[in-house]
Amino acid sequence: MTREEPAFKIKTGNISVLQLHILTTDLTQLKQALTVRLAQTPDFFASTPIVLELSGIAESGLCLSFSDLVSFMSGHGMCAAGVLGGSAEQREDAIQAGLGLFSDAPVRGVSKRDAEPVAEIHEQSELPGFSAEVVEPADKEVAAPPARPTLVIDKPVRTGQRIYAEGANLVVLAIVNAGAELIADGDIHVYAPMRGKAIAGARGNEAARIFVNSMEAELLSIAGCFKLFEEGIPENVRAKPARVHLDGSRLVIEPLNG
Amino acid sequence: MAKVIVVTSGKGGVGKTTTSASFSSGLAMRGNRTVVIDFDVGLRNLDLIMGCERRVVYDIINVINGEVSLKQALIKDKNCDNLYILPASQTRDKDALNLEGVERILNELKETFDFIVCDSPAGIESGAFTAMYFADEALIVTNPEVSSVRDSDRILGILAAKSKRAVEGLEPVKEHLLVTRYDPKRVNTGAMLSVVDIQEILRIPLLGVIPESESVLQASNSGTPAIHLDKSDVAEAYRDVVGRFMGEELPMRFINEKAGFFKRLLGGH
Repeated sequence: MTREEPAFKIKTGNISVLQLHILTTDLTQLKQALTVRLAQTPDFFASTPIVLELSGIAESGLCLSFSDLVSFMSGHGMCAAGVLGGSAEQREDAIQAGLGLFSDAPVRGVSKRDAEPVAEIHEQSELPGFSAEVVEPADKEVAAPPARPTLVIDKPVRTGQRIYAEGANLVVLAIVNAGAELIADGDIHVYAPMRGKAIAGARGNEAARIFVNSMEAELLSIAGCFKLFEEGIPENVRAKPARVHLDGSRLVIEPLNG
Repeated sequence: MAKVIVVTSGKGGVGKTTTSASFSSGLAMRGNRTVVIDFDVGLRNLDLIMGCERRVVYDIINVINGEVSLKQALIKDKNCDNLYILPASQTRDKDALNLEGVERILNELKETFDFIVCDSPAGIESGAFTAMYFADEALIVTNPEVSSVRDSDRILGILAAKSKRAVEGLEPVKEHLLVTRYDPKRVNTGAMLSVVDIQEILRIPLLGVIPESESVLQASNSGTPAIHLDKSDVAEAYRDVVGRFMGEELPMRFINEKAGFFKRLLGGH
């Protein structure tokens, strides 16, 4: 019996996009500034979809000729995909110009694979004049609390073992040895020596944290930003209680002085 | 109720077979009816160390395949009355061992014996897995070096997750740490991990420490389990191990460097 292949599927996906924050309604000024900026790195945008972020001009009450801007952008290889934020009139104008509307609703956990390129985009944003960022949850509180109950492990986690707390926090009460892997979509707590790998916020929760009783880890990762310790663990936290959080794209490890 | 004890390590060459031979001999010397099974199919060694290689006619694979009875395959030890050896096959590969067959053999042995000691092959492949699957207790043999400890950690993880007891949610396999080839002198110079270091990583109860000794090699070559050697630290250490296993409280010996003239004369390093 043959089954008919589906012609399409509709799925939601979390992807990171570049945002162009519009800070003026003066189109001439905007075009000029963009031209100058694009002259420095002509190939920076190669048909890259870009979201126009309008919160900077939302209060102005003025409107922008989106169709003009869109054609200007496409002339420079930029592909305006839609608008984010802005006043009701501005959003209405955007629709008229054939742009899509992105909602301000929080984007839940970027998947791990998608989360990793974030670091690259952050590096690109070092280019002066642009700031690229992931579509961030507008309201962090909505994204933070994991839905499932905390997974508590009270036996040693040994070499070759992997524990995944899906959609939850992970608490380990026994030793985590080198070669073991702890993965959680939420936070990770280890109330014993932590010698293996700890991967918190595995689906991109940048607010995830790691707490360990004795920091001896091989690898620490939050939302795809990771750190290895080839040169050993910094003196101030080595074999001591420590906490780890993400500051932008930087993993911060601090002593825990309770 | 008969107990199944696996002697395992992950890493090769750490002293599993030496330990299986001496440990099973020690149990038998205390009057326990004991059988030791070589699970290292294809690379059998236990019969050499027990000095019965010339008496091997049938092996565990013959029994599993139903070609002979257990009685025909079991070899009586030359030193101990209560000890029997079930040798591995040298001509088959590890895939010939299957869980159903092994379970059948173990159940049959349980009717006759008090202790069933399973000498595991190295690695974490099917042979090692089969040897540990039915274990009630496990002797984790570790050398005082990082790679051996790491492999033991891996094995402990597998025991805790994949053994029959783990799979069926019964009381977990009872774990014992046995540190072999221990050289206090090299521990003191930092060339080897100390017992404390090893326990800090593995966190299971220490059953004993067997000192590094030339006599182990001699014992192996002459086909006599090291526990039978006269005036040997290794033999005493193994007797202590068996004693502790049987529930005796014995002080841990051979973990500190001996300064004695006698020892140096007999050849330390």
